[in-house]
Amino acid sequence: MNNEELKQTILSILPSAVFEENTQFLTIQIPADQIHDFAKKIKESETISFDYLFCLTGIDYGDSLGVIYHLRSTKYRHEIVVKIKTSDRETPAVDTVCDIYKTAEFHEREIFDLFGIKFNHHPDLRRILLDESWEGHPLRKDYIDEVNIVER
Amino acid sequence: MGVKIKSMKDADFKDNETLELFKETDGNIFTTTIDNILNWGRSNSVWPLTFATSCCGIEMMAAGAARHDFARFGIEVYRASPRQADVIVVAGTITNKMAPVLKRLYDQMSEPKYVIAMGSCAISGGPFFYNSYSVIKGVDHLIPVDVYVPGCPPRPESLLYGVMQLQRKIKAESFLKKQFKKNVTTNE
Repeated sequence: MNNEELKQTILSILPSAVFEENTQFLTIQIPADQIHDFAKKIKESETISFDYLFCLTGIDYGDSLGVIYHLRSTKYRHEIVVKIKTSDRETPAVDTVCDIYKTAEFHEREIFDLFGIKFNHHPDLRRILLDESWEGHPLRKDYIDEVNIVER
Repeated sequence: MGVKIKSMKDADFKDNETLELFKETDGNIFTTTIDNILNWGRSNSVWPLTFATSCCGIEMMAAGAARHDFARFGIEVYRASPRQADVIVVAGTITNKMAPVLKRLYDQMSEPKYVIAMGSCAISGGPFFYNSYSVIKGVDHLIPVDVYVPGCPPRPESLLYGVMQLQRKIKAESFLKKQFKKNVTTNE
């Protein structure tokens, strides 16, 4: 399925999806609370069948935090990028997709570890790279550690 | 393909230590001779620990493998156990999480033990010096280092050169004098 057909299919599933221009993959932005439903629908859909989450990224935009999902269909061999944002920097929380894509379990733990984004309904949300006693989330733009970090 | 070291003559590797030894042992020809024999043995059978944390490890493996083959110089087999190793080549980035493991490995090695800091990460943190929350900025914050081998990563020739510097260092040591001193202090 090419990107134009994919676009139409996505719009029929979620009319509020916003598409980005001039990107490598077809990129859409959706409201953060829709991600679980949306992922479930595009995975179970017979016509697009996005069954493979090949990358899951956390991002700090400065004023807001985001999560980026790279999805692929092993059946039709097309890709899509789904972005969600949350402006809550104190207690950011989005729904987990690890009941849909098992691989998200570790990826979401990593994002929780480094960005502090909580994933609702995650079975085992704890730090994965840093040790348990670590304070703060080091990949955030406002992370300060005067002891270890030499700023430049 | 022979490895040639341009900056140092072959003779220099053998020459100066004799004089140093002579001074150190107050010119006792007997102990210097025995030291010479001991040091000859020790410096030519330095066994490194199988320890590598990143790309420097690949160069270290290349230095040990057939093409560069540092067993020629007596840096023999890699030992998988720190109990059997004489030198630990810190090849790669040491993170805060790796630091306790490295310290334990160093503590488990038996005396006399030596450390080579290989590559810019082990020397100073290298590319991770600035703006990093997780990297130890130089392995000498943790364990004493004998030889620094710069590079990112250093070529096997560089490691060979560093190892030969370590051998020079071992040859300049006075094993007997150390033992004598130890006995004197314990008796007192």
